[in-house]
Amino acid sequence: MATNLEIISPERRLLAKPADMVVIPGTEGDLGILPDHAPLITSLRGGTIEIYQGQTVTDRFYVSGGFAEVTGTRCTILADDIINVADLDPAQAQADLDMAQAVYDQTDINDETAYRIASDRLIAAEGKLYATSHK
Amino acid sequence: MPSLKTLRNRINSVKSTQKITKAMKMVAAAKLRRAQAQAEAARPYANRMAEMMSALAAGAADNPNAPALLVGTGKTQTHLIVAVTADRGLAGAFNSSIGRYVRSRIRALEAEGKTVKIFAIGRKGRDYLKREFASQIHGDVSFAGKKSVEFKAAEEIAEQIVAAFRAGEFDVCTLVYNRFASVISQIVTESRLIPASAQAAANENAPVAAPVEYEVEPDDGTLLERLLPRNLAVQIYSAILESAAGEHGARMTAMDNASRNAGDMINRLTQIYNRSRQANITKELIEIISGAEAV
Repeated sequence: MATNLEIISPERRLLAKPADMVVIPGTEGDLGILPDHAPLITSLRGGTIEIYQGQTVTDRFYVSGGFAEVTGTRCTILADDIINVADLDPAQAQADLDMAQAVYDQTDINDETAYRIASDRLIAAEGKLYATSHK
Repeated sequence: MPSLKTLRNRINSVKSTQKITKAMKMVAAAKLRRAQAQAEAARPYANRMAEMMSALAAGAADNPNAPALLVGTGKTQTHLIVAVTADRGLAGAFNSSIGRYVRSRIRALEAEGKTVKIFAIGRKGRDYLKREFASQIHGDVSFAGKKSVEFKAAEEIAEQIVAAFRAGEFDVCTLVYNRFASVISQIVTESRLIPASAQAAANENAPVAAPVEYEVEPDDGTLLERLLPRNLAVQIYSAILESAAGEHGARMTAMDNASRNAGDMINRLTQIYNRSRQANITKELIEIISGAEAV
């Protein structure tokens, strides 16, 4: 038995196929989704989605954020911005990280919304750079 | 009776107009197919988002600390109407039907003593509404010159709207756009963006699969804080796509009619031209014959 994985971006359905296990980057930490997982809705932080068939990773995607809905039989990922890890450019990722860090440093910690957005961006940029080093 | 030369000129000018309308129809047909495909591709995301929203909103509606985007500010004094139109005309009643609808809505709301602001997406709607409500235009965006609309653009619009809402500039936000029903029919549709709970309730009336109790991470409030602006962007995005498909459909129909009318006109003018040409020849013949008889 496998989980029916669906990855959807606002512009199109990117992928729909069964997978033995999916590791998704939840805001509270990575989650391994196996069949018969309890129903769950979570937001995603910037990080890598790993799709397992058996014991091996078949696909890796970098997602900048989004949401995932999990039920016993399926796992739906609503991604903000998604890209195959193989297509990521390490130099670009480093530049993104530097920029996010600069914005983060200037953000007023008392402005809750702005602070949240800046820290989300920083985490996403870190995740991107991390993803490029684990192609 | 106009002279033969002016008739010939008119026929030629109608013919070239017909060429233009025919070409525009072909272009609209090609663009329609692309716009439809784009609208279709965006549907799964919007559907899933709506499902997730109604699953979460049902639980959060009774919560007194529910985010304002979901339950509103508790007032309905100031309204923001987001009107989606095209950037180009020559599409039949496509743009003006939105304009008319928005105008009558504003009049109705103002009669109730409410304040109304307008956010215009698309150049035509902005121009139309500016004539009457110039001081009430809160902002406008146009995609003139762009091939297709990207999600980023919708996200920026949503950010502007959310920022204005948080700044307390309005209490209720409504989206008005043309829904693409078929090539020949676009339906003016109104949907509530803020507060979102009204729309979640409307969704619940539709038959939904047995409700599942979800575990939520990090927690209801935080998740909704993230989900609501996103949901707003998705709704605006799909409205823009629907409207784009509708625009091309409307233009196709309008240009088809225009080509047909031009054809009718050419036929009529050609007939008049031929008649008067024949009348001229007959007249000249009579003159020649009667001249010859006189000799």
